[in-house]
Amino acid sequence: MIRHLLSSSDLTREQATTILDTAEEMARLTEGRSVKKLPTLRGRTVVNLFFEDSTRTRTSFELAAKRLSADVINFSAKGSSVSKGESLKDTALTLAAMGADAVVVRHSASGAPYRLADSGWIDANVLNAGDGTHEHPTQALLDAFTMRHHLGDLDGRHIVIVGDVLHGRVARSNVSLLATLGARVTVVAPPTLLPLGVEHWPCEVSYDLDAALPGASAVMMLRVQQERMNAAFFPSAREYSRRYGLDTQRFGRLSDDAIVLHPGPMNRGMEITAEVADSERSVIVEQVTNGVYVRMAVLYLMLAGAGDGTTGQEGAA
Amino acid sequence: MIVLIKGARLLGAEPTDLLLRDGVIAEIGSGLDGTGATVIDAGGLVALPGLVDLHTHLREPGREDAETIASGTRAAALGGFTAVHAMANTDPVADTAGVVEQVWRLGREIGYADVRPVGAVTVGLDGQRLAELGAMADSAAGVRVFSDDGRCVADALLMRRALEYVKAFGGVIAQHAQEPRLTEGAQMNESELSGRLGLRGWPRVAEEAIIARDVMLAAHVGSRLHICHLSTRGSVEIVRLAKQRGLPVTAEVTPHHLLLTEDLVAGYDARYKVNPPLRSADDVAAVREGLADGTIDAVATDHAPHPVEDKECEWDAAAFGMLGLETALSVVQHTMVDTGLLDWAGVADRMSFAPGRIGKCDGGDFAQARPLAAGEPANVVLVDPSASRTVDPAASVSLSRNNPYEGRKLPGSVVATFLRGFPVVENGELTQSSIQKGMR
Repeated sequence: MIRHLLSSSDLTREQATTILDTAEEMARLTEGRSVKKLPTLRGRTVVNLFFEDSTRTRTSFELAAKRLSADVINFSAKGSSVSKGESLKDTALTLAAMGADAVVVRHSASGAPYRLADSGWIDANVLNAGDGTHEHPTQALLDAFTMRHHLGDLDGRHIVIVGDVLHGRVARSNVSLLATLGARVTVVAPPTLLPLGVEHWPCEVSYDLDAALPGASAVMMLRVQQERMNAAFFPSAREYSRRYGLDTQRFGRLSDDAIVLHPGPMNRGMEITAEVADSERSVIVEQVTNGVYVRMAVLYLMLAGAGDGTTGQEGAA
Repeated sequence: MIVLIKGARLLGAEPTDLLLRDGVIAEIGSGLDGTGATVIDAGGLVALPGLVDLHTHLREPGREDAETIASGTRAAALGGFTAVHAMANTDPVADTAGVVEQVWRLGREIGYADVRPVGAVTVGLDGQRLAELGAMADSAAGVRVFSDDGRCVADALLMRRALEYVKAFGGVIAQHAQEPRLTEGAQMNESELSGRLGLRGWPRVAEEAIIARDVMLAAHVGSRLHICHLSTRGSVEIVRLAKQRGLPVTAEVTPHHLLLTEDLVAGYDARYKVNPPLRSADDVAAVREGLADGTIDAVATDHAPHPVEDKECEWDAAAFGMLGLETALSVVQHTMVDTGLLDWAGVADRMSFAPGRIGKCDGGDFAQARPLAAGEPANVVLVDPSASRTVDPAASVSLSRNNPYEGRKLPGSVVATFLRGFPVVENGELTQSSIQKGMR
């Protein structure tokens, strides 16, 4: 059903819904069972190709592939061609020679997964696990999955995304996916952390967090890297936190059933206070669990039935 | 050697004959006597003065894997150029009389096109202190154009001094206008698309701010200023204003900025990575208008060869630049002539006369960019405007393949190029150069 997953904006509403429905099926089939493994991808090889360290994302993909009984290879390419190590092309040729069926790629350069998918160096399915400041589509899918679980259909729901949209791949992926799913999205950030042309994105834009909160069904806080201060994006961590941090006072402006998300890792005290992060309406830990289901769903939809056709019919169809 | 060109349309006018003898245009007129001459039937062809490129990266010395003076000047000849200005960002940098003389001499020994070295403005292109501009000017290479191209002379004081200093020998500073702080890590035009693709933006203002500053500096010290590869509507407007005030400011635009737009970047194919970056359709319209009304004086290729591995990689890691010598005239025909913006006389001006004046290579023993008239050096190119071709990078004589026009159908072809009366290109193919012929 899906050849590659490079950008969440490539997904139609129907495809996105299928992935989320499949992820629910994955949850149903594994949750609370002592044996959490499905035989669906037995004999298929999934490579986690990480040019950038990310223990959380890599572990999540590894677990997802293993639960589907795929063989998993973790290939951490320490030097990419950006840092004059082995070139992306040579790495791709190596993986192709090893017979990889799917490559999950994390890279510091925006668009690197596109090069892998379009270059003809490797025939495998390519799954973008975060590329530079571009996209992180499975993060958006797991966020949508989590929101849907709590809020039901996202159509017409108001979702507020707060933080570094300029450098944030999570924001890009979330805005397009949520818009595809019919949600009303508002991004909130200081003007310096919004990309040029954001007014053409399928969302509303605000510089004022307090004004955006009432009526929101979910608030997603994005990690803000402290080093952004040095590049004059904002004057200080304290000022950022005062204007754009989610503290208990602001949390109180939300409706009672609104939820709080964060893709992690959090800067407690910066974009979110500990009280809010640990509150009952924070679904941050759930997001991690859901990440595995969503990645299972994507791998399943990519690989099952795509090869010899015998493995695709069993499992979570 | 005597050549009779029969029935060529001089700058696109009515057909006439040209007799080339002893390196000069001996006669122009109809029904010239071809006794003892090689006769070329130029029916339907347009005769232009040999093209002059103000902005070529020949890569030698230092990156002979990407291009050499030999391969680059062969590409130039095939593109209709009889002179190229070789940019200074080689390794070693062309910042001493020794390096520019070597480049100049190699060009002469190879003999496909005149090589006019550009001298670096600052030592090692480092933007710290002036290179020995006078020594380069006084050398055999006779350098008149100075540029740190690839980098901007960002320091306002250093730029002022350079502008002043070269007045002593009629030089010009060719500025690569790029405010460095506004373009740290920049990868493509800053726009809605760069935001969507997650590529660091190269804002137009980074070019325009430097051009505005340098126009004011040039006005203040009364010096000539040349703007390299101008790429935005705002830049065109600033230069237009400067010219209205009568300031000695000139500007060039590349063929790729006349044709290509930033949406080509969407697939992260690094062939479209270039500095300054591809801009929007509105900017393309503006540079075309600017070139048509003379605000932009010249087309310059910014021919920038790179080996395959420097383009076949992640966008961030890829080198900036694209080839241009062999396709420049076709792109200009496509964007300017076939659209009615410029006639062939206009093309001759923007691709030969104006760059020759700016580069001060329109006089002396090896004068270029001279009118097509009796007694002038026989630097002539014959163009077939009715031809067309689908661009095939593999067919290039450049050592590199970073051709952004692959698969595009472009009009026009260079049928013959004469360098001081000698056909370095005949029937659209390279011949041996006059030097090689002489040695045989």
